Amino acid sequence: MLLSIKNLHASINGEEILKGIDLSVDNGEVHAIMGPNGTGKSTLASVIAGREVFDVTGGEVMYKGKNLLKLAVEERAREGIFLGFQYPVEIPGVSITNFMRTAVNEVRKYKGLDPLSGGAFLRLMEEKKKLVELTSNLANRSVNEGFSGGEKKKNEIFQMAMMDPVLAILDETDSGLDIDALRVVANGVNKLRTKENAFIIITHYQRLLEYIVPDFVHVLFEGRIVKSGTRELALELEEKGYDWIRKEQER
Amino acid sequence: MQAAVKHSISKELMTGLFRDHKALISANDNPGLSDQREKAIRRFEELGFPTSKLETWKHTDLKESFEREYDVVMKPEQGVDVQKVFRCNIPHLDTAIMGQLNGWYVSKDVPLMELGNGIIMGSLAEAMKKYPALIAAHVGKYANFLTDSFTALNTAFFQDGVFIYVPDHIKSPKPVQIINVIDYNENLFLQSRNLIVLGENSRLSLVHCDDSYNHQPSFSNIVTEVRLGEHAFLDHYKLQNLNNSSTLVSSVYFQMETSSRLESHYISLNGGLLRNNIWLRFNGPHGKANIYGLYLMDRKQHIDNYIFVDHAFPDCTSNELFKGILDEHASGVFNGHVLVERNAVKTNAYQSNRNILLTETAKVNSKPFLEIYNDDVKCSHGSTTGQLDQDAMYYMRQRGIGEDSARMLLMYAYADEVISKIAVDPLRYRIEDMVKKRLQGELQICEACVLHCNTPENPVEFVIDMSKI
Repeated sequence: MLLSIKNLHASINGEEILKGIDLSVDNGEVHAIMGPNGTGKSTLASVIAGREVFDVTGGEVMYKGKNLLKLAVEERAREGIFLGFQYPVEIPGVSITNFMRTAVNEVRKYKGLDPLSGGAFLRLMEEKKKLVELTSNLANRSVNEGFSGGEKKKNEIFQMAMMDPVLAILDETDSGLDIDALRVVANGVNKLRTKENAFIIITHYQRLLEYIVPDFVHVLFEGRIVKSGTRELALELEEKGYDWIRKEQER
Repeated sequence: MQAAVKHSISKELMTGLFRDHKALISANDNPGLSDQREKAIRRFEELGFPTSKLETWKHTDLKESFEREYDVVMKPEQGVDVQKVFRCNIPHLDTAIMGQLNGWYVSKDVPLMELGNGIIMGSLAEAMKKYPALIAAHVGKYANFLTDSFTALNTAFFQDGVFIYVPDHIKSPKPVQIINVIDYNENLFLQSRNLIVLGENSRLSLVHCDDSYNHQPSFSNIVTEVRLGEHAFLDHYKLQNLNNSSTLVSSVYFQMETSSRLESHYISLNGGLLRNNIWLRFNGPHGKANIYGLYLMDRKQHIDNYIFVDHAFPDCTSNELFKGILDEHASGVFNGHVLVERNAVKTNAYQSNRNILLTETAKVNSKPFLEIYNDDVKCSHGSTTGQLDQDAMYYMRQRGIGEDSARMLLMYAYADEVISKIAVDPLRYRIEDMVKKRLQGELQICEACVLHCNTPENPVEFVIDMSKI
């Protein structure tokens, strides 16, 4: 099993957000996590990524057979965990090229590989830009600075392509995207899918799942996964709305 | 033999020294200047050295600097090794280099040159002898000794420094670089005066470095007068890389005539106590001045940037952007004062000071201040002090970038806003290099000035390749 989460509890500022999550993800799988706003979807993504503001108060997360919770944010990233941010951060003064070159080379260093030369890096960047249909000249601009919502999300997908992760978590990458941008994002994911890597797609709407076909769909509600199924579950949710889950839970 | 006295610095010491050495100091003076020196020393006696009781010196304490004992040298050293000052050069940037050692002008060949295009550059002492009328027309005309006691003291004492004259309609074909080096075996107190005169519609790029070559304490009181004639343009760089026992009070007076333009960059990389006074006066309409500052301080270093801009005429624009990173126990002061006078309509004035404190023990006092006496102005000021952006740190670390590298990238990006304003490419690359080294804690004081002593041509091995590939 690539990722195995058992009875995970996490809180922020003393407030418990995750109240016992169980989730297993294997190589080659695409999992969608759906649910109403404020139920802990983004918290789950952040806790897997290792954001320090969240306190893990119980449970375990094993990744590639290791205790993931013991690793720092950057170590998790170097081990192949990628988080596509819901709100990508603007970093004025740092060009995407420099940012990615630093990132790629730090990961290579961790793996005992030599850093990529300038030329090799540029070739890699061109290749990945094409793969994710990043046509605009974003690479010379500061990271996310002044980007439109769509550009920011495309940039996340581009970065994902550059980092070539084992486990990619996309946190509401589809929110606020028009249909064209959504298609670009989905195509990126589909092209990057292999038998070796896995994706966790966090989304509020079923729409993205028309383009990225998940193997499993989970419904997160009030800090717990209350329902799991296949693609049909997403369609059912779309049809019945989250009230259906709420009512079921109340019963 | 040198006329040197070793003593801690006090008002009494200085006034006594002036009386004792008046004849020597005034050797090259015109009568006007001799008079001015007398007035200046009297004014200094009234004012005394500034203390923290003064609003403009509230957060900068000179006590420790004054208590050290210094040699106060009244005559230039003989037989100096000029090569020391001109040790190396920067590739791709062809500059005319002017050297100053321990406050005195030093040269390979002649102390004062008049170039074919009429540009005069060299020793101020020599220029006072050779061009008395030209000097008399400018020296002491812009540096106001009535309000500032260090300027008063400097006016009384100065004997030498750098003189540059660019005639009307002449554009200096290459940047001029002043390398002001302190390399002395004892503690040294020095006072020099620089005079830079740009004629009408002339143009000059000037790189002005303050460096030290050893770890000996020093105290420099340097006054620079800069006059920009009508439509003149000055691209000005002040680079400071002094040792931790050095005190530098640098006062630069910019007199800006009608439609003149100034781009000034203050890059402060090291120094025990640095005080930059920048006095700028728009002495005619339509002037434009951008003043940028970047200071990177650590240990117990202290920097105080004091900027006074006098909008005395209509339709002038001043823009200040000062950014600092303070680490460990370092402290900083930004004191910006913009005065917009009653008739100075259509004034644009902007002040911005931003600071990053890397530790809880680093501190900064920031006081941007606008004093406006008419309604037809566009002015703004702002000041922020904070830590490195934690969201950005997390974002970068999530991409596998280690904490140290992420911090370095953010600091460099922060500094780059100022560095990117440097128009001369080779100079910008060199300064980028120095800033990287500084942020990594690898900058030595002896590799000081950009165009000099970067021996051997040794590019920084930066984990992060900042070059815009």
